[in-house]
Amino acid sequence: MTTEPVPEFPAPMKRFFDAELESFRSNLILMGETAASQVRSAIKALVESNTSLADQVIAADDEIDQLEIKIDEEAMRYMNLRAPVASELRLVIVGMKASHDLERVGDEATSIAKRAVRLSAELPLKPYVDIPRMANIALEMLRDALDCFLNGDTEKALAVCRRDAEVDSINKQLYRELTSFMIEKPGTISRAIELMFISKSLERIADHATNIAEEMIYLAKGRDVRHTDEVKKNGGVG
Amino acid sequence: MVTASTLMETRSPAPNLRPTLPAAEAGRPAAPAAPAGQILIDIDHVDFFYGASQALHDINLKVEDKKVTAFIGPSGCGKSTLLRCLNRMNDLIDGTRVARGSIKIRGIDIHRRDVDVIELRKRVGMVFQKSNPFPKSIYENITYGLRLQGVSNKARLDEIVEKSLRGAALWDEVKDRLHASGLGLSGGQQQRLCIARAIAVEPEVILMDEPCSALDPIATAKVEELIHELKTRFTIVIVTHNMQQAARCSDKTAFFYMGRLIEYADTQTIFMNPGNPQTEAYVSGRFG
Repeated sequence: MTTEPVPEFPAPMKRFFDAELESFRSNLILMGETAASQVRSAIKALVESNTSLADQVIAADDEIDQLEIKIDEEAMRYMNLRAPVASELRLVIVGMKASHDLERVGDEATSIAKRAVRLSAELPLKPYVDIPRMANIALEMLRDALDCFLNGDTEKALAVCRRDAEVDSINKQLYRELTSFMIEKPGTISRAIELMFISKSLERIADHATNIAEEMIYLAKGRDVRHTDEVKKNGGVG
Repeated sequence: MVTASTLMETRSPAPNLRPTLPAAEAGRPAAPAAPAGQILIDIDHVDFFYGASQALHDINLKVEDKKVTAFIGPSGCGKSTLLRCLNRMNDLIDGTRVARGSIKIRGIDIHRRDVDVIELRKRVGMVFQKSNPFPKSIYENITYGLRLQGVSNKARLDEIVEKSLRGAALWDEVKDRLHASGLGLSGGQQQRLCIARAIAVEPEVILMDEPCSALDPIATAKVEELIHELKTRFTIVIVTHNMQQAARCSDKTAFFYMGRLIEYADTQTIFMNPGNPQTEAYVSGRFG
């Protein structure tokens, strides 16, 4: 490598296909916002026994599915015709993976909404405290992971990965609690099972947020941090 | 109604064009330009020979208006021969002939007896692999063809020079040295000068025979950007060995092998899901 001072490098040239990449990014952001909104509404529908809101969530799932298809199409087209390399290639690959995670988030929201409809016909088993708390954490994780996509803040993304354990812990606690309910009062079994599945859905949403955060770290830094101590321990991404 | 005048009449006022129309058709209004997606060039069952050697076999291909069509294929597959057929450049080579079939532009057979070849080449301009500016100033390179057509008004020439150089994305780089030699420009600039020269006479079609093969990636990117700009005004047919370039720049792609058209489809189809295993082998670099 040269030790001589390098003359100023020209700014990157604008290409006619830049708009395609912008559209791809926008659709991913839209998909993230839609998925988060679906989760929020599904939990609201559960807590408020609002079946019409739950029905809206179920009906809106197709929007997310269509976005996933669109993002995949755009990614395939871009890879096929534009031969992206370096950060552009990472963006397209990461975008496809993240969109798959977001589609699964949408599915979990739909699942919660369906259970909310069934639970609305019965008396609440207990006041909803832990489930909204889990939902808030999972949604914050999702938001922070997507923030990393917008501004490349890998520290935030790393924090998302480490926060996953928090949601896992509440899920386990809820599992134990609901099991006790079922043992003590068999009449609560059907409701308790619905709540266990809802808790599991939220735990899965947090997992998807974690996946997205790891993908965004790869996008920003080009390093794969999956299944490494780095996402478990404290410390920055180098 | 499509008449010979469609092919021969200029879209902008260009005085002193040689009258080339059959008398009965002169004076008829020119047919409106075909909207994008319509067929501009219809290549119908064309067999082409260099002497006794057949270079093209039964080529059927329709080039859409205001689109970029790429011809790809290994050396000797006939893609450049077909390109040169489109403005009858092959006529300049002894012993060549279209033995069968026809090539129609806006419905007019370009081999028809009353078609003026010079006029045809004005309507169907060409840019070559190696940039070939005249050993004249940048300004004269652009105005040479126009002067031959009899355009002498200085203001008009100035206007066309600026418009053409802007159209070729070269104006900002050369506006202060229009009277310097065209040969003093870089390779990429020379190629864009040749494109400016081609568009100065307002053709309908621009044929490009490997226009970037001698250029570095930056100059190539500039020419590709230019191709994207130009397709709003012109129909472009490009021969290229650079598969990524065909993928990036073109709307339709035709794959040739041994003088045969193997596959012709939307570029995305050719590069994503080609219908023919030979096309797939070629575009994926597993050919031969």
